[in-house]
Amino acid sequence: MRRLLLCGAMIVTLLGTSCSSAEPSDDELLVFAAASLTDAFSTVAAAYEDAHPGVEVTLSFASSSSLRDQILEGAPADVFASANTATMDQVVAAGAARDPVPFAGNELDIAVPPGNPAGVTGLGDFADEDLLLGLCIAEAPCGGFARQALEKAGVVPAIDTDEPNVRALLTKVEAGELDAAIVYRTDVLASAGSVDEVAVPPEFNVHATYPIAALADAPHPAAAADFVTFVLSSPGQEIMERFGFVAP
Amino acid sequence: MTGRRRLNGLRRVPVPLLVLGAIGFILFALPLAGLLARTPWSRLWDLITSPMARDALRLSLLTSVAAAAVALLLGVPLAWLLARSEFPGKALVRGLVTLPMVLPPVVGGAALLFAFGRRGLLGESLYGATGLLLPFSIWGVIAANAFVATPFLVVTVEGALRNLDPRYEAAAASLGATRWRTFRRVTLPLIAPSLAAGTLLSWARALGEFGATITFAGNLPGRTQTLPLAVFVAMESDRDVAIALSLLLVAISLGVLLVLRNRWWGLR
Repeated sequence: MRRLLLCGAMIVTLLGTSCSSAEPSDDELLVFAAASLTDAFSTVAAAYEDAHPGVEVTLSFASSSSLRDQILEGAPADVFASANTATMDQVVAAGAARDPVPFAGNELDIAVPPGNPAGVTGLGDFADEDLLLGLCIAEAPCGGFARQALEKAGVVPAIDTDEPNVRALLTKVEAGELDAAIVYRTDVLASAGSVDEVAVPPEFNVHATYPIAALADAPHPAAAADFVTFVLSSPGQEIMERFGFVAP
Repeated sequence: MTGRRRLNGLRRVPVPLLVLGAIGFILFALPLAGLLARTPWSRLWDLITSPMARDALRLSLLTSVAAAAVALLLGVPLAWLLARSEFPGKALVRGLVTLPMVLPPVVGGAALLFAFGRRGLLGESLYGATGLLLPFSIWGVIAANAFVATPFLVVTVEGALRNLDPRYEAAAASLGATRWRTFRRVTLPLIAPSLAAGTLLSWARALGEFGATITFAGNLPGRTQTLPLAVFVAMESDRDVAIALSLLLVAISLGVLLVLRNRWWGLR
């Protein structure tokens, strides 16, 4: 019997240690951000940490749709920054976020490997069966926007791969494995010469509006609200601008 | 074995082991229960036979069987070399061959891309000479599947070869059989059960392959979107399809493990 008690105590201790770390404190912050925000938000988070010593910001990047699902399944995130309003609206409709604020805008671009070996000239090339072409999956904002642009241009695409998020897609262009992919303009800028740009004409381009919101069940609500304010402040907006984002 | 004897067997287990073991079992069983709890049973058949699911199932069966065949063709010679021959750097060779068992599959996929991609180490000249392109094609899926699955066959067959009584092969040789004939007519039949187990295990691993496939072969419905990739995509678009396909994969995998229970672990 004593052995059984000992064993029970062990289990309680084991389970207890994992729970005790969830004490409410505002010295850490978990930010879920769209994959296209990878570079900009890494810099924003560093600037926020500089301005708030003792606060540690952890960033999790994925497609906005993937992050939405994680939030709706109860991920302990504090802030959500989406690459489109539709995905944010779904999180708001589920009661998981309130009052999203647009904080940045973006546009589409065609990324091609350096030197554009396949000679891609525009959206029309996405109908070419002989080229290796990629988009984001339709559920991810970058995939939805890209399909809208192709539709506006009247192009029925011959796609070779639907990548899970825009950074995975960009990587395959950088590696030279894809001849062209539709990504955000900021992704082409961030890749710093490892891909070339072919412009999407304004009449077919799509404007992406990025909203941000503190989450309703944020473990660190005060810091979450503070981070959102920081992103909207002029230091935050200057960083977004530096990475090529435009007004929402 | 009767039910009573099984109960008696359970009574002799030390209590702490029984409690911790039960907790361990629950940790494995709960996720499956979660999947079953969310399963839309009334629509299950419709979901499993939807076009997306059918395409993915067909592609998965085709590529996993092909990968198991590649594993058999290349894995048996590797297993024989590792079990029966001595050469410098053998430990390193074994390490490299079994690495995909522990490597994150996405790393394997990236490595495959840099080796067999259009700009890859070998891929570039392969593409130049033949126009054959592995990424974004069914061949890429098979390559990724074979890459992660072959080690399971190698390990299984190497173990069987090591445990084989060498006197059978020695007898064949003394009767004048060539080494190749001995291998075909004596060694292979003797390790047949392990060959079958290894092939089945590598097939099951190929069927479940995700990371290397999406990284190396991409994701396109009907061409490279296997069942696990379809689950991943459907998680964001149609959760019920994702759950139905997951259940299908669980059923197949569990079936394989039940069939293999006494081959792979030496258990009854």
